[in-house]
Amino acid sequence: MNDIMGEWAFFANQTFNGLSVASILALVAVGLAMSFGLQRVINMAHGEWLMLGGYMAYLAHQVLPLPLYLLAALPLGFVVGALAALLLEVAVIRHLYGRPLETLLATWGVSLILQQAARNAFGPVGVEVAAPTWLAGTIHLGEISLLGEISLPWVRLFVIGLAAAALMGLAAFLRHTTLGLQLRAVSQNREMAASLGIHTRGVDAVAFALGGGLAGLAGAALALIAPVTPTVGQSYIVDAFLVVILGGVGSLGGAALAALLLGLTSATLQGLTSVSLAKVILLFLVVLFLQLRPRGLLPSRTRALEEV
Amino acid sequence: MAISEVTVKNATLLAIEEINAKGGVLGRKVTPIVEDGASDPAVFAQKAQKLLQQDKVATVFGGWTSASRKAMLPVFERLGGLLWYPVQFEGNECSPNIMYTGAQPNQQILPALEWAWSKGYRRYFLVGSDYVFPRTANLILKKHIESRKGEAVGEEYVPLGGTDFSSVVTKIKASGADIVLNTINGDSNVAFFKQMAASGLPPAKLPVMSFSIAEQEAKAIGPSLLKGSLATWNYFMTLDSPANRRFLQAYQARYGKEAVVTDPMVHGYVGVYLWKAAVEKAGSFDVDKVRKAAVSMGWVETPLGRVRLDVNQSLYQTAYVGELQDNGQFKILWASKEPIKPEPYDPLAFPGKTCKLH
Repeated sequence: MNDIMGEWAFFANQTFNGLSVASILALVAVGLAMSFGLQRVINMAHGEWLMLGGYMAYLAHQVLPLPLYLLAALPLGFVVGALAALLLEVAVIRHLYGRPLETLLATWGVSLILQQAARNAFGPVGVEVAAPTWLAGTIHLGEISLLGEISLPWVRLFVIGLAAAALMGLAAFLRHTTLGLQLRAVSQNREMAASLGIHTRGVDAVAFALGGGLAGLAGAALALIAPVTPTVGQSYIVDAFLVVILGGVGSLGGAALAALLLGLTSATLQGLTSVSLAKVILLFLVVLFLQLRPRGLLPSRTRALEEV
Repeated sequence: MAISEVTVKNATLLAIEEINAKGGVLGRKVTPIVEDGASDPAVFAQKAQKLLQQDKVATVFGGWTSASRKAMLPVFERLGGLLWYPVQFEGNECSPNIMYTGAQPNQQILPALEWAWSKGYRRYFLVGSDYVFPRTANLILKKHIESRKGEAVGEEYVPLGGTDFSSVVTKIKASGADIVLNTINGDSNVAFFKQMAASGLPPAKLPVMSFSIAEQEAKAIGPSLLKGSLATWNYFMTLDSPANRRFLQAYQARYGKEAVVTDPMVHGYVGVYLWKAAVEKAGSFDVDKVRKAAVSMGWVETPLGRVRLDVNQSLYQTAYVGELQDNGQFKILWASKEPIKPEPYDPLAFPGKTCKLH
């Protein structure tokens, strides 16, 4: 480090970057955690909901004035992601419950089909989505803090806020609604829930759609800081699975915590070493951690998972 | 075929059509056989073998990444074929069976450094995708920055296709760099420039010199994001010469008014004409005779400007620095005084290595 930015300021900035990465990871992974925890489904097409969300942001960007498009893009991304996930559940996954390997292959096929569909519809190269002017620029905390030059990009603050709001919304939904209650019941004990008259297949579909919706929302927000291309989902899917496994399969709180931990650790490592080396060390640490706690950070204690 | 490769193929086919319309080569029509390497080095090697053994082609034009070229190289050497490779690359290679028309490092990377140095920039931040071209390019850059007594204030690599540049941007800010030298590949550039702009560092504030962004990539990434960023190539669409105007007219008549043209495409196009001239000089399609004839030809006027093949089977060519405008075209800021002699082995990074082919 040198005199341009103090060491403290550098690490404060890196911590903020870590939060920013964590917020994206959490949004992407929480849907996976739900479908995996509830239905034991490994959905390889989960990354494509992000891609769809990104293209929804592009469409909104095309037809609406710049300051407003984002406000339309986020709900649009959510709805399209949810509908696409629902369609996949009804058309493919429903017929393959209890067959994880076939589900994995089928959803991988769907993922390739969706990528090609995006290529045909929008062309093989990325499309342009610009951040609205009210998210341009940065906040300088240089004068306020004792740490020196810290600047937080508005775009990243916005994504962090969005992720926090979405996760709190999800928590409230699970805690305070009938459907949320049913969802928790099914995830804890499917047979018992069914015998109490809960329509478990319907609950499955709702959970799946909700996960897809959150990923679509994440995709629309990601368009502000990442490219919108047919294959953009591919770069997040592995990290999302990493979050789910580290958090403890089926645990939403665990997924959120794991995303936070991964984001911050990754940013710290990137600050200390280099971006490419940080990835290696991070994966090594995850493997090490899972040796010590094979069931992840916050394993859900449910009977449904005991045979896993 | 990736999008960039399709356009190189189109430009190559255009040259073949033009040559056939004027009577072909040695009185024979040229029949193109198109194969798709599917962005997989192993497939490139298979297809090269098929073209040489089954189709018995006279020569091959193509290849995209260094990985694809390195996979084809042993096939061409074993079967005695001849490949014309149209892409700028990291050098450090020398094969009798390859004609390297794309820029060697001293025709793209070092001229960029020369230009930046002349602007008074002394602190350089190197950022790239994590594969062979950026790592070798940056190795050469670091040696030359050091020998000029400048400073490489940072060097970062992000996995190919990566979209998170948050740490890189923070490090660039902390480094106090005067200019960023960018070897990031493909769509990752979108993420990089978006995140730089979001942190209050658009190209207008901190210059970025890119080595993998040409007109086509600029169109895809979005000129608004890249406006004011710099690139070094041996060709820009805005080159004002009769040869380039004729070529652009022909290309856009064939592939659409809106079609953009990039450096590798023109190298693909020029490669066909160089091969034709070499065959006519040799009076034969025999690979060894064509190779010998090719390196003993004089200067020719092409859309790139004046070029000539050196005895190391690479091209003498001019380097240009351009600045990206609103309309997605580059305004040419600087050109090397004359066509630069190609050096496959940088004397500072790879001392003692030479390329003797003839």
